[in-house]
Amino acid sequence: MTSASPLLSVSGLTVEFKTKRGTVIANNALSLTVDAGATLGIVGESGSGKSVLCRALLGLLPSPPAHVHAREIRFAGRDLASASAHDLRQVRGQDIAMVFQNPMSSLNPVWPIGDQIAEGLRVHRGFSRAQSRKAAIAVLKRVGIASPEIRVDDYPYQWSGGMMQRAVIAMAMVSEPKLLLADEPTTALDVTIQDQILSLLMELQRQTGMAIILVSHDMSVISETCDHVAVMYAGHIVETGRTADIFRRPAHPYTHGLLRSIPHVHGKATRLASIPGQPPDLAGLGLGCPFAERCAVASAECRERPIALAPVQGDHQTACFFPERVQELDRKRAS
Amino acid sequence: MLVLRYCLARLIHAIPVMLGVTVFVFLTIHLVPGDPIRIMMHGRIDDAQVAEIYRQLGMDRPLIVQYLDFLRHAVMGDLGTSLIQKAPVTALVLEKLWPTLMLLGLSTIFSILIAVPLALVAAFYRNRWPDHLIRLGSIFGFAMPSYWIGLLLMLCFGLWLGWFPISGLGSTPLEKLHHLTMPALTISLFLGPILIQSMRSSMLDVLTSEYIEVARAKGLSEWRILTKHVLRNALIPVITVLAVNISWLLSGAVIVEYVFGLPGLGSLLVRSVGYRDYPLIQGLSFVFAVLVVIVNLIADLSYMLVDRRVLKA
Amino acid sequence: MSETAYHPQASLTIRLFREIASWSPSLKIGSALMALIVLAALFAPWIAPFDPYEQDFNAILMPPGFPHLFGTDSLGRDIFSRVLYGARIDLVIGVVTTYVPMTYGVVLGAYAGYVGGRFDAILMRIIDVAMAFPFLVLIIVILAILGPGVQNIYISIFILAWTMYARLARAEMLVERTKDYITAAEVLGFPRWRIIFRHGLPNVINSSIVFSASDFVLNILLVSGLSFLGLGIQPPLPEWGSMIAEGRDFMRQAWWIATLPGLAIVVTGIALALIGDGLAQRLGERHHTMV
Repeated sequence: MTSASPLLSVSGLTVEFKTKRGTVIANNALSLTVDAGATLGIVGESGSGKSVLCRALLGLLPSPPAHVHAREIRFAGRDLASASAHDLRQVRGQDIAMVFQNPMSSLNPVWPIGDQIAEGLRVHRGFSRAQSRKAAIAVLKRVGIASPEIRVDDYPYQWSGGMMQRAVIAMAMVSEPKLLLADEPTTALDVTIQDQILSLLMELQRQTGMAIILVSHDMSVISETCDHVAVMYAGHIVETGRTADIFRRPAHPYTHGLLRSIPHVHGKATRLASIPGQPPDLAGLGLGCPFAERCAVASAECRERPIALAPVQGDHQTACFFPERVQELDRKRAS
Repeated sequence: MLVLRYCLARLIHAIPVMLGVTVFVFLTIHLVPGDPIRIMMHGRIDDAQVAEIYRQLGMDRPLIVQYLDFLRHAVMGDLGTSLIQKAPVTALVLEKLWPTLMLLGLSTIFSILIAVPLALVAAFYRNRWPDHLIRLGSIFGFAMPSYWIGLLLMLCFGLWLGWFPISGLGSTPLEKLHHLTMPALTISLFLGPILIQSMRSSMLDVLTSEYIEVARAKGLSEWRILTKHVLRNALIPVITVLAVNISWLLSGAVIVEYVFGLPGLGSLLVRSVGYRDYPLIQGLSFVFAVLVVIVNLIADLSYMLVDRRVLKA
Repeated sequence: MSETAYHPQASLTIRLFREIASWSPSLKIGSALMALIVLAALFAPWIAPFDPYEQDFNAILMPPGFPHLFGTDSLGRDIFSRVLYGARIDLVIGVVTTYVPMTYGVVLGAYAGYVGGRFDAILMRIIDVAMAFPFLVLIIVILAILGPGVQNIYISIFILAWTMYARLARAEMLVERTKDYITAAEVLGFPRWRIIFRHGLPNVINSSIVFSASDFVLNILLVSGLSFLGLGIQPPLPEWGSMIAEGRDFMRQAWWIATLPGLAIVVTGIALALIGDGLAQRLGERHHTMV
C-alpha cells in the first residue's frame, strides 16, 4: 500500500440493493488498494459485504436490483468503473480472475473439465482446439493434478471436492491473470484439503507474481496467507493494515472480538469467547458506527458520527473514533 | 460397455409398462359382463352355436393361457384377426401406422420450434413483460380444446383462405406434408405451452446456477453463455419433457385425426368404439403401448448423449 | 429484543379480507372469472333468455344478434342459453372427475408414502404403468369395450385419474415423514391411521390442490372431447363439446355454432389456469401445474 502505483485502487465503492424492505447498502463507500504481487485479505462475517465487493469489482452484479457506483476503480491503469460492458468482459478472466466458494457448483456438469478450463483462451485469445487443450493440460499439471493428459477429458462428477477446486483454480490461472479474487476458496473443503489449496495458491503467486484478494470469514486462513488485511463489518471497512500489525495490536473493537474468538490450543482452557449480539439489518442502518450496538466501549458519539477510515500508524487505519479503548477490552476480559 | 448396460437397463424398465397395459386391456375385455358374441349377433344365435364359436376362437381356455397365447403371437407380429373386418389386425394397423407416425413427427418438430425460442425468451426476460406475455399465451393455448382449434384453423385457413386442404392425406410426400400441416399445428398449440413452461423452469434453474456466474467471471458474452452453457444443460429436461408428454401427443393425434379425416391409428381407434371388435382393440392398444415404450427409449438414449452423468446411475 | 405483545385474532371477515387482498393478480383475476362462470351456471334458469331445448324452425342458423345473443343452431335453439346450461353440465363434470379421484388418490399416496415396503412398491408400479400411457387412448379403449356413454366415461376416469394425486401425495409424504412432528406423534403412540390422516394429510395435499386446478381443465377438455367424438354426452344435452360437434357440419354457413361453446371452454380453462398459478404461488414451494 505504499508503492507509487498500486495494481488495483478502489475509491468510494458503494453497492446498494433496492429491496421491498428498503435499500440495503451492501458496500458503503469502500476504498482499498492492492499492490502487484501482494495479498490482501478481506475478513468479516457473512453479510458483511465481502462477497458483494468481489462481484462489484468484476461487474458481476445484475443491475437491477444492484446499483453500483464508485469514484474510481483503477486497475492496471484503466478505470473499470466507467468501462463499457464489452471492455469489462475483456478484463474478466484475462487480467482479473475469480475463484468461487463451492467447487461442486462452479463447474458445468455436462462439459468436460478441460473444455471449461480452456474456454477462456478460445474466446479471448482465439486459441484452436488443440492449442487450448495443451494449455489446459499444462495448467492442470501446475495445480497438482496427476496424469493431466487423461484427466483433462473427465467430467466433474468423477472428481473429488479438492480436485474440483484445483480445477477451478486452473480455470482462473490459465490466462495468467494479474489479480486473482478468491471468494472463500476453502470454506467448502475439508481442513486438510484447505491447507493444500492455500499452499497451492501461495505457490502459484510466487511463480507468477500475481496479486491476490482473499476473502474469508476465517482469521486463521487470512493470517497464514495475507500480508495486508481489510476487516469488513456491515458493509464498511472498519480496519485495514498489515496483517502482523492488526493481529498484534487491533485498533477496532470488532477486530479485537474476531481475534479473541479464535480458540487457543495452548494455555489454560477458557470459555469460548464470542461477540455478543447480531449483525445489524443492512436496510435499517442509522448514521453512526454500525458496530456501536455490540461494542463494549462505545459512547454516545459513536452512535451519531458517520465513520471513516483514519490512520493510526503508517499503513494501519481504523474507522473507530477511539482505538485506544481497544486495549481496555483486554483489561476488561482479564478481570 | 457402460453404454450397453444403460441401454439394457432402460429396456428392462420399459417391459413392465407394455405388459401392464396389455394385461389391463385383456382383463377388461374378458371380465366385462355381457356376451360379446351374442351382442354381435344381436341375440339371433343359440347356446350351442355360441359355445362352438368360442371353441373355435379359443376363448374357452383359461385366461392366462389366452393371454400368453396372445403375447406369443404378438411378438411374432400376429395380432389376431378382426372380428368385424375379417382381416388380420396387424395388416389393418400397419396401413394406418404411417400417417400417425408422420403426424406425430411433424407435431413434435412444430412444438419444439415454437417452444424452445419462446422458453428462452421467457427465461431470459424473467418476470418482465415478455415473460408475462408468453405465459398468457401459454395459458390460452393450453385451455383451447384441440378439436375446437382444429375446426377454427380449418375454417380460417382451409375454407376462407383456402391455403390448406381440410381433410384426407394426399398422395405425394409433398401433398402429405401439406395436408398434415394444420393437424400438426393444432397438436403443437396444445403441447407447446406445456413444453414452454417446463423448459422455462429448467432454463431458469440453469441460469441461476453458480457455474453460469463462473462463466461470466471468465468474461464470456451473454450470448455464448446462453447458447453453449445454458442450452446444453437445459436441453436435458427438454428431452424428458417431450418423452413424458408423448401421451399428450398421442391423445392429441387421436382427436386431430378424427377432426381432419386423416386415415391413421387414431381414427381407427375411435371408429372401433361400439363395435366390440376385441382383437382389433387388443391389437391397437398393444401397438400404442409399443409406441410409448419406443419413444421413452429414444428419450433415454438421447439423454445419454447430452448428459454423461446418467451412465453412472 | 422485540417484545411479544398479545395480538387477539381479528374477526373472520377481516381475516378473510386480508387473505384475499394478499393474493397475486392471477389468483384474483382467475377467481373472479371462475366466480362469474359458476354464478352464470347457477343462475342459468333465470339468466337464460330461452329454453335450451326449445326448437324454433323460423329462426334456424341465425347469426349472433338480438334476441339470440349467440345465434341459433340448425334446430333454431338459442346458443347463448345452451352455453349457459352447458356450464352446469361441464362444471359438474369437472368437479366430479377431478375431486373424487383426488380423495382416494391422495389417501392411497399418503399411506404408501408413510408405510413404504411392499404396498408402496406395488402402488408405484401401478402408477408408473397407468401414467406412462396416453390417458385418452386408454379411456377410448375402455369405452370400446364397455360401450360409449357418460357413465362409462366416469368409470374409466375413476379407475385411472387417481394416479397423479397418489404420486404427488406420496412424494410429499416421503418428505414429511422425516419431520419431527410425525416422530413426536409416533412416540406418543398414536395409531397409524391417525398419524397419517390427521397429522400428515393436511401437510401433503398442497401439491395436489395446485394440480387439481390444471386437472379440472384437462378433465373438461377430455370429457368434452369425448363428447365431440360422439362417445360421451349425447345431444340434445347442451354439453359444450357435443355442441361443437353439432356445429361442425355447419362451419361454412354458421361458424358461431361451433365457435362460441369452444370460447366458453377456453374462458373456463383460462380462469382455472390462473387460479392454479396463483395457488402455486400462495402455497409456496415448487409445484406441478402442467402449464
